[in-house]
Amino acid sequence: MKIATTKSLSPFYSRILNLIGILAVYFILLIFFITTVVPFLTIAVAGFKTSIELVQGAFTLPKLWLFENYINAWQQAHFNWYFRNSVIVAVPVVVISMILSIMSGYAFALMKFNLNKLLFGIFLLGIMVPQEAYIIPLYYLLVDLGLNDTYFAMILPQIAMSVCFGTFWMRGFFAAMPRDLIDASRVDGCNVWQVLWKVLVPNAWVAISTMCVLFFIWTWNDFMIALVNTSSDTLRTLPLGLAFFQGRHTANVPFISAGATIVALPTIIVYLLFQRQFTRGVTSGTLHGQ
Amino acid sequence: MNVSAQTGANKIHRINITPYLFILPAFLFFFIFILLPVLNTFRYSFFDWTGFSDEVFVGIKNYQELLKDQTFLTGLLNNLKFILFFTFLPIIIALVLTALLSRRNLWGRNIFRVSFFLSYVMPMVVVGVVWRWIYNPVFGPLNTSLKSMGLASLAKPWLGDFSLAFIAVGIIATWVQYGYCLTLFMAGVQRIDESLYDAAKVDGANEWYQLLHVTIPGIRSEISVALVTTFIAALRVFDLIFVTTRGGPGSETIVTSLWLYTNAFQINRVGYAAAIAVVQTAIILLISYFLLNRSRGQEEGD
Repeated sequence: MKIATTKSLSPFYSRILNLIGILAVYFILLIFFITTVVPFLTIAVAGFKTSIELVQGAFTLPKLWLFENYINAWQQAHFNWYFRNSVIVAVPVVVISMILSIMSGYAFALMKFNLNKLLFGIFLLGIMVPQEAYIIPLYYLLVDLGLNDTYFAMILPQIAMSVCFGTFWMRGFFAAMPRDLIDASRVDGCNVWQVLWKVLVPNAWVAISTMCVLFFIWTWNDFMIALVNTSSDTLRTLPLGLAFFQGRHTANVPFISAGATIVALPTIIVYLLFQRQFTRGVTSGTLHGQ
Repeated sequence: MNVSAQTGANKIHRINITPYLFILPAFLFFFIFILLPVLNTFRYSFFDWTGFSDEVFVGIKNYQELLKDQTFLTGLLNNLKFILFFTFLPIIIALVLTALLSRRNLWGRNIFRVSFFLSYVMPMVVVGVVWRWIYNPVFGPLNTSLKSMGLASLAKPWLGDFSLAFIAVGIIATWVQYGYCLTLFMAGVQRIDESLYDAAKVDGANEWYQLLHVTIPGIRSEISVALVTTFIAALRVFDLIFVTTRGGPGSETIVTSLWLYTNAFQINRVGYAAAIAVVQTAIILLISYFLLNRSRGQEEGD
């Protein structure tokens, strides 16, 4: 173990001090671990309780693990719809944004044209401005297009937000790729389109997968776009569905807890599966109008 | 450069329309659903408009009214006060945790690292449900724990209490943001040259000294990214307030985004809401520009 050395003490004392140090470190880490993870766990457990059991104690386990709240939330409270809607919105956003970002990032990174800098600068604006800057006219635009309160009202703006970041992200990655790779493929007779999909993209999966995970989580967790641009219960995504569900059942905490757990679960699974992409995405200094 | 590279470059140069075709689809989405609406927000802000009536041009009246609007001013002040909970506390906590986690081969290090980030990844609505329950005055874990420890006098209605609601919401924000800062800083630490720590140890520096003189300078760019991102988060917070207090009690936790939403979509003062959006966006852009420029200047000054 690597521990900061305490100077000029007898080995015995320094070992004791180190041990105390390690215990103190674990103590602090555990406090943060408990305050972060336990709330989610207790909510998940609360979903299995009756209202009476819940009042009796927050940290106790239920006598009988009731699946009723979960089943009712999933079926009667329509969380099955909400889940389906979240998938229907997120999948096309991720796929289309990915393809469009790869294309535009490629052009900005490796092609020479007059408006390169200007257009890229305008794209950057899309990363910097917060949603509040365009949410109001966006609503009226979607109304005028007859798209208000449809899946498109969520999908199209989400693609627009995603491609701004995606263009910036892919441009950075493609620009850093070795020129030899591109030059060699040009010699082999590939045109610009083939260079992109046959040479660059297969070598860019690290960047692309990170980008897709970010697109996914932004869309999956989105609240404001869905809140403003949809009104039917049948179109609500998981976060929006949960918010309205909470409003309807304020007194029934086990029921709400079951709903919240259903919403949290896909996020936790995706996060655990794609941890590396999450970390990479967050730590690459991403600024995004989320 | 060899010959083939030259011809490659020339070919790209000659086909002039190609780059525009590659950019067009992405640009159209951006143009229609972001750029045009942004410009329209600016235009709306000079009109009186309910959303379905005729627009009436009113010049800068909406902006003049903003300066006298107590709710807006309280909201703006709250946004600024939230910086303490969104930016300063999370960054300090994250720096301490970085120091604890990064220099040791602790058992379970990754478990800690992964779990600390969880609250940031979660949809804000879930966070809201979790904390409304924790703060529940009657049977929430916080109050029941306080009561069982004989501290019943400290049990408060938290989110419904005029003097405590703001802090109660702020704590949620800190809880959400610290894991983000930590993840950022932990990645930065990996870049720091190990020999700097060795040199500090030879000089007999303790851990506190190492944190201040090796770790923090080493992750300065990560710290400035955390600063900008969390600043922006504080200035535009919406979901968190919407799912916990909706600005209450009274207007204790009102923020500009919520006031914008209320004006635009609930009381049909669209032009006025647009003026709020313009002011809020201007503040956010100015602050991010200032912070980014400053940090860039610092790095160049090295």
